Amino acid sequence: MEWVHKHLPALIIMVPLCMGLVTAIIGRRGAGWYMAMGTTAATIAMAIQLLVNVLNTPGQSITYMHGNWPAPFGIAYVIDPLNAAILVIVALIAAIVTMYARKSVASEISVGKLHFFYGLWLFCITGLLGITITGDAFNLYVLLEISSLSTYTLVALGKDRNRRALTAAINYLVLGTIGACFYLAGIAYLYMATGSLNIADIAARMQDIYATWGTDSPQYQKTVIAGFALMAVGLSLKLALFPLHGWLPNAYTYAPSAVSALLASTATKVGAYAFIRVIFTLMGVDFAYHLLRTDVALLISSAAAILFGSFIAFRQTNVKKLLAYSSIGQVGYITMGFALGSVTGLTASVIHLFNHALTKGGMFLALGVVAYRVGNTKLQSLAGLGRKLPFTMGAFTAGGLGLIGVPLTAGFVSKWYLVSACLEAGRYELAGIVLVGSLIALLYTWKVVEVIYFGKRADDAAPMREAPLTMLVPTLLLIGGSLYFGIDSSLSAHIAETAARFVLGGTP
Amino acid sequence: MNGEAALALALFTPLAGTVLIAMSGQFPNLREMFTLVTAVLTFIFVASLYPLAVNEQVVRLELFSMIPGVPVAFRLEPLGLVYALVATLLWIPNSLYSIGYMRGNHEKHQTRFYSCFPIAIASAIGIAFAENLFTMFLFYEVLTLSTFPLVTHKGSTDAVRSGRVYLGILLTTSVCFQLFAVLWIYALAKTGGASGTDFEAGGIFRDALASNAVSPAVVGLLFFLYIYGIGKAALMPVHRWLPAAMVAPTPVSAFLHAVAVVKAGVFCVIKVIVYVFGIDTLKLHNLGEWLLYISGATIIIASLIAAFQDNLKKRLAYSTISQLSYVVMAGALFTPLAIFAATAHIVAHAFGKITLFFAAGSVYTAAHKTQVSQLDGIGRRMPWTMAAFTVGALSMVGVPPLVGFVSKFYLLNGVTESWTGASGHFDEAFVLVVIVASTLLNASYFLPIIYRAFFKPLSDEDRKHPHGEAPWPIVFALTFTAGLTLAFFFWQKPVLALAELVRRAAV
Repeated sequence: MEWVHKHLPALIIMVPLCMGLVTAIIGRRGAGWYMAMGTTAATIAMAIQLLVNVLNTPGQSITYMHGNWPAPFGIAYVIDPLNAAILVIVALIAAIVTMYARKSVASEISVGKLHFFYGLWLFCITGLLGITITGDAFNLYVLLEISSLSTYTLVALGKDRNRRALTAAINYLVLGTIGACFYLAGIAYLYMATGSLNIADIAARMQDIYATWGTDSPQYQKTVIAGFALMAVGLSLKLALFPLHGWLPNAYTYAPSAVSALLASTATKVGAYAFIRVIFTLMGVDFAYHLLRTDVALLISSAAAILFGSFIAFRQTNVKKLLAYSSIGQVGYITMGFALGSVTGLTASVIHLFNHALTKGGMFLALGVVAYRVGNTKLQSLAGLGRKLPFTMGAFTAGGLGLIGVPLTAGFVSKWYLVSACLEAGRYELAGIVLVGSLIALLYTWKVVEVIYFGKRADDAAPMREAPLTMLVPTLLLIGGSLYFGIDSSLSAHIAETAARFVLGGTP
Repeated sequence: MNGEAALALALFTPLAGTVLIAMSGQFPNLREMFTLVTAVLTFIFVASLYPLAVNEQVVRLELFSMIPGVPVAFRLEPLGLVYALVATLLWIPNSLYSIGYMRGNHEKHQTRFYSCFPIAIASAIGIAFAENLFTMFLFYEVLTLSTFPLVTHKGSTDAVRSGRVYLGILLTTSVCFQLFAVLWIYALAKTGGASGTDFEAGGIFRDALASNAVSPAVVGLLFFLYIYGIGKAALMPVHRWLPAAMVAPTPVSAFLHAVAVVKAGVFCVIKVIVYVFGIDTLKLHNLGEWLLYISGATIIIASLIAAFQDNLKKRLAYSTISQLSYVVMAGALFTPLAIFAATAHIVAHAFGKITLFFAAGSVYTAAHKTQVSQLDGIGRRMPWTMAAFTVGALSMVGVPPLVGFVSKFYLLNGVTESWTGASGHFDEAFVLVVIVASTLLNASYFLPIIYRAFFKPLSDEDRKHPHGEAPWPIVFALTFTAGLTLAFFFWQKPVLALAELVRRAAV
């Protein structure tokens, strides 16, 4: 056991990676799901253990060196309160969605491809966990590609239901690859300036470089700025920050239901985490916000995302696409929080990462039940389902209330922190935008809720039963979680604030 | 019983009732029994707080912190107790009335209907005893959401459309204005711009304004945000949700949209004036004069609109809008005696208006009539109903010996308190004109209904369809509330004792 504890940071990546390979080879028919389920269950245990370890470690940071190679030479995994929290979010959502995937995926993907599906599923989770845990900028790129490549394929597997999944996947592939290339190019520039790939190491050497900028012979000024700009654009593409969100709506809409839920609640979140890491740890707030004023660009993008994303969501007639556009708006809340650069702002970001993962994940799962029972997710297909699928639709409605940010839902807690952060910074107009955004969320949520409860089901429609338990329980778990953390946010708020303080404390 | 326990029980009894009602949907008689028992118990628990409030004991209850540092907490306070007593007392006759109405009209989904009611009551109690701004906002929103299924009960296209207006206006105002103000004040409190986020007699801005930690302009803006953030007070131009809500079954209109919801609105307005901004602060910096004119205009305009409504419930709804602004206008005088009058009017209007709605629903149940023009001669067929209607209407006009006279009397006192006879008292003159004009308007749109009912002959068409009184629970309920309207004229001491405490807190 001691060996496991010591190597936990490596195991949390290696176990799903190896199991992904094994599953793709021997996980035929039903076996693949059991392997994926077992792996994700183990992952979540490891993630929680890591979080506990980090919070109990005096410096609140653990560094794990692969093969005992010291940091600048070998690959180091660095765990602090921020990424430990994200690890738990990703592992938790992954396990719950995997539980759900069994019936949903079996109905949407031909049986001969199931072992590929679950293999890729585990690779995708590996990549997401890896981006989060790694302390090496180049290693982050590798894991980003692992998760991205498997995601493209997972999206494309939706083709059995709708051929448009293929174009959506190609679109995502092209834009995703551009994003990854931008990031890689950015790393190369920073390597040119610092000669290192380790995040902590680059950050330390960067201080020496910044010190020369005020003098007569500034070193690497243009190189560093170009590197940061490239990384920022690349990551913005990954997290679908407005206006670089083009790939997201179709990818979410045509992917298999379980994949949409996993992507919506983890992929963009991990992208946001990587962005936070680059700004606050790698480059430092002084450089990114005070010197380059990236915060202004981010705030404008965030505000635009909140308003336009939500508004375009309102105009959709496919509920899955509606949720996808809503996600673009919700990403705006996350980026706005860390763009403010304060402890409250970063807390708002982290807590919204978590709250939105639960809420939106749960809503996509509820919608997956509709796809399972009805066959599509058009708005009209939901008419009158409030009586047929009372629990599923109840969960969907509760999730919708969370998107609006009604009190007693997790969404309200996020909004409370975010608006507080705006007001503390004296940005009253941003506070107004956040509140107006929740009203637009009310519009698009209510559009669906009215159809669910007041719409008339066709008289000749086939009888329908509530969702199977293996799909209902995960849905209720996520939505129940979003309600629980809306009523008592002490745990989530405490962890988010600890993470925010740690990250900002590291860059005075 | 100690105060904390009574407060907790008053909050949780309705919620327990909801669970029991939802589970007993298969057995309508059992379900209705749960409703009645819950109503009576809730009232008893709230009433047991009365001696504590009169003795000015501190009763506090902290439930949990939704957000660290922002507790959901309650504190016994006289103005809140007035509102809670009125709401829980009238819930009892309303429950009885609902049984007669819902069964008499063969309404569907009755279990859902009865389950939502107690949640609304619990949130009303939560609003009444909220200790801080956040708790009040929280229960304000829960009240909006829990009444939505009641408003859209019929599920018709019309109901859905009205539900949209209802939710749209109430949520837009509360999220954009009230929540903004709440968060702003929490942010100010951190930097010393406000002395706290709990309700405090005299207001939380006095010291901060004195030490220039916050500018009067900001406080004035916050006041505006708060007043329009409380859409439930139906101040024009955010009043449209109230007529829209009339699509609901009559027990909902009678109880929620004449008592619990709308009184929550004006209660919050008065509470905010007295306990957040403070009448002295508002007066000193001249921040709220606009409210006097807006509410005065609302009184007159809503009365005029009411006079042209043929639909009885719509006419009552506009009359409610006008009467709510009486309370707001009294609050906006910013004198202690006017605050006293506002408190009294919350009670007075509740008794009268619920009686009027009960009568309207009674007519609908027995005769299926909704329009004023159809009511010729109905007084002879439904003597109890129309007698109660007459009592309610006369109370609205302010005729003694009915409770409506009491509050109007104190309001006039409040005006004269600040009117010393010196020149330049345009505000007070305006209020007097509004009171006189609206009394005339009230008479002009209520008295014709009474005249029609008792003195005009039945139409030939009506003679062919004989009908009697509504079912007994309905008649009993409306006689009871009409009796209360009368009784309170003579037995006003308990309420006035509380109002006196509010007046003292305002000084």
